Amino acid sequence: MTAPAAPIEHAQPVTSPGDALVVDHVDVTYRVRGHDRLAVRDVSFRVGRGESFGLVGESGSGKSTLALGIERYLPRNGRVSAGSISVNGCDVLAMGPEALRELRAKTVSMVYQEPGTALNPSIRVGRQVAEVFEVAGLHSSEAFERAEAMLAKVQISDPGRVMRRYPHQLSGGMAQRVVVAMALASDPSLLILDEPTTALDATVEAEVLDLVAGLRSELDSSVLFISHNLAVIAKMCERVGVLYAGELVEEGPARHVFDHPRHPYTVGLLRCIPRGGLRKDHGRLDTIPGFLPSPGAQRVGCIFASRCALADDRCRSEAPPMTDLGDGRRVSCFHHDEAAGLPRSTPVDLALPQRSGPPESVVRLGSVSKTFTTRGERVQALVDVDLELHRGETLGLVGESGSGKTTLARALLGLIVPDPGSSIELNGEPVAADVRGRNREELKTLQIVFQNPDSALNRRHSVRRLIGRAVTKLAGLSGEARRLRVIELVESVRMEERHLVLRPSQLSGGLKQRVAIARAFGGEPRVVVCDEPTSALDVSVQAAILNLLVDLQVAEQVTYLFISHDLRVVGYLSDRIAVMYLGRLMEVGSAEIVFTGPHHPYTEALVSSVPTIDGVPPTRIRLSGEIPSTASPPPGCVFHTRCPRVLDGGICERAEPPLVEVEPGHLMRCHIGVEELRRLQAPAADNH
Amino acid sequence: MIPGRLSDTVGVIPPTEMRVLEAAGPKSPRTVSQQLLRSPTFLIGAAIVVFWIVCAVFGNSFAPHNPLAQQLLATNATLSGAHLFGTDQLGRDVLSRVIVGAHNILVIAPMATLLGTALGTALGLVMGYFGGTVDAVVGRLVETVLALPVIIVAVLFVRALGPSIPTLVVVIGFVFAPLIARTVRAAVLVERDLDYVAAAHLRGDKAPHIMFVEILPNVLPPILVEFTVRIGYAIFTVATLSFLGLGPPPPTPDWGADIAANYSVISAGYWWETLFPALAIASLVVAVNLIADGVESVLAQ
Repeated sequence: MTAPAAPIEHAQPVTSPGDALVVDHVDVTYRVRGHDRLAVRDVSFRVGRGESFGLVGESGSGKSTLALGIERYLPRNGRVSAGSISVNGCDVLAMGPEALRELRAKTVSMVYQEPGTALNPSIRVGRQVAEVFEVAGLHSSEAFERAEAMLAKVQISDPGRVMRRYPHQLSGGMAQRVVVAMALASDPSLLILDEPTTALDATVEAEVLDLVAGLRSELDSSVLFISHNLAVIAKMCERVGVLYAGELVEEGPARHVFDHPRHPYTVGLLRCIPRGGLRKDHGRLDTIPGFLPSPGAQRVGCIFASRCALADDRCRSEAPPMTDLGDGRRVSCFHHDEAAGLPRSTPVDLALPQRSGPPESVVRLGSVSKTFTTRGERVQALVDVDLELHRGETLGLVGESGSGKTTLARALLGLIVPDPGSSIELNGEPVAADVRGRNREELKTLQIVFQNPDSALNRRHSVRRLIGRAVTKLAGLSGEARRLRVIELVESVRMEERHLVLRPSQLSGGLKQRVAIARAFGGEPRVVVCDEPTSALDVSVQAAILNLLVDLQVAEQVTYLFISHDLRVVGYLSDRIAVMYLGRLMEVGSAEIVFTGPHHPYTEALVSSVPTIDGVPPTRIRLSGEIPSTASPPPGCVFHTRCPRVLDGGICERAEPPLVEVEPGHLMRCHIGVEELRRLQAPAADNH
Repeated sequence: MIPGRLSDTVGVIPPTEMRVLEAAGPKSPRTVSQQLLRSPTFLIGAAIVVFWIVCAVFGNSFAPHNPLAQQLLATNATLSGAHLFGTDQLGRDVLSRVIVGAHNILVIAPMATLLGTALGTALGLVMGYFGGTVDAVVGRLVETVLALPVIIVAVLFVRALGPSIPTLVVVIGFVFAPLIARTVRAAVLVERDLDYVAAAHLRGDKAPHIMFVEILPNVLPPILVEFTVRIGYAIFTVATLSFLGLGPPPPTPDWGADIAANYSVISAGYWWETLFPALAIASLVVAVNLIADGVESVLAQ
């Protein structure tokens, strides 16, 4: 069981008596409708004491199943069917109910993705946190004191006040801090974090990650960090394991694995991510062809062989063993030496049209405002937004949740009627504010791809009907012409005629989103709003959808209003970027300027909160405090409560700066001059 | 059937794993019927209902006696080889009357429920889709009807219009519609906010198309469950009305009316005249409820 003795072909995880977690040749099986389905197959790894280990993989890779298996908290139809799991040297699988309770209460803590559902909505926060201490045997008054101290430790500024609140009164970031506090309350030796920041905004994610990193050094807990986000793992973990379809395909120090991946899957995954300032001008993203095998499918040979460009007959007939590469790195691939040279599956070349002449305006929004009234309270979701979309460009719209991005998109589409005084012009002609008052020409000009295809596609209709209806209504085609147009559309989103008879439930997430895109293009639109079209998708699927959007844009000269919280995706796709905060535009400019600066202090904070996979992380501008409520925005500049560059003399608190053109094509809403910002941000800009 | 909901066998699955194990999306009619045929609850209920349907349709040809023939020399005869269920006060064969008596109830109850479901679905779609003032006004009307006891409304209408099969169908359908409307409205409220409705607006589809072509197929499962449950109540209501003398006029064999005609002689020991029609009603109501349970569990999986 020690490293040097292990044969090179059947490497065992290196175990030492001090390991916090040892997972040894574990299989996890789900029984679904009478059939056993293997969700995790022969996975081995260990997490040393005080170490932070990351498990990364796409949906269906078995990450969460493995985490639940470690806690013996699998659903009733799931079980660890082979191998062993030990925490602090104790065999978890052999534990009785009492020992298991003890394990969960004292030794292993878990933080889930959704802080909103992890807390009991009808019990005050203080009570819930104190309960953890009461389980550990403290009296209630003492437990409350300890709870307050614990909340202070997770950097909640007014713990006493937070303890008297109910979970729904907390923001997502605050709730996740509370959950982290509860998880750490028992001083666990192993902390399992399952996608802890996936539901949070980038700025809040950065804060929570900093918090966890800080507490870890303080508390000496081992961490098992599960995420689909490679950059988050790169930031948080010393070692990483890459899971694919329930198998661990590669393991090693995080830095080495991400810089020099040795498994073709890891290589492909890293190439799917637009990173290092990659933009559509540089060409298409690479993708991973094919689909994840269905869980429990009979496997012969390497599980990744069907999607691997390096696969040969041996890969298809014989399963590659885990090979030790030294330096703590292990990989299960026959061709790990050639992995770095994996041929691209998507050609890189992309002929972007050369733009000449002045930009041609397609959509013009004139002081669009939207006030919602809920229970007598007026909430200004949009405040005097002026924005122009040019023909054939992509305008990225970014901002934290609640900044009004989606409201703006829906107002443009006419799904929300903006306040009187707002104007929306298409090709220079004003259009009705309500979608029901727009004619066919105006309707077909403006279309949308929604975030969630499950909601956007009628689950009772076939693909043929979903696309066909759009063709009938928007293009006015019927009969044979309609049939041909539907086929043309399906092929343009790289789907096949055989998909036409299927219903959305029979399609994967990526295919569903393709159907939604085909539908949006049914009537040859001029402007397509893309509202987080890839946020529900895995990175490999996301890359394919982004490529598709770019290809369609090149072919059709369509304009995109692209909304996303993922700045790397926005950066890849956008020509210009608009930054929103509390319903106001804070900055509008070319993608290059907005990303590299000089930029608005809010943009600066957003950009620097994005975790990177490559090299040293940029110096991060920390945002202090919570996003203020839209119902009562702060006076003066709405950002002054969180602004790290707020000016002395109180002008930021008193007067709201106008949105002015500080450079040609670059608008900003800040009291600090652009030259001053350039000077202030110069050292930080070098790091981007 | 409810999107995102997992089958009971899968249990609680963390969100990231869900997509893999989920039997996603609505079931096709074929899978629904296949699963129904494997559900013992459904099969037992269906067997009993089929039995009564056969009685209702062909009863006259295989009933041992003419259900209307009076044998004044054999009144109140107890169970015997000649009269398995005995005879009533007029000497009519109880078994034959029970068999042929299935007819009325099995015509009125489903038709009335069908009418009520159609009416209620239309009402619920309008309320849920338009919301606001329409919902408020129609909602108050619906609540007014719901506030009145079903039997009293039915008695008033039947008294006014005279007892006949069409009257009963319309009356029961009318009092059931608000209940179904409420269920449909709740389901429509969920669907209305989904993006496919917004997508329909964005291609210029009008309200009737969105309500009946886009939304209706997605709210069919709760409607189907409500329909089967309501048939059970309808049988009960029909039996009650004919017990109160508001059903088809005598001497037509009818379970409710036969109980009403004979319950006064139970104390004299002639229990079979009341018991067998009562058992018939009970078996049919139970059977319909078994079917409803089966349908509900298959659709909810």
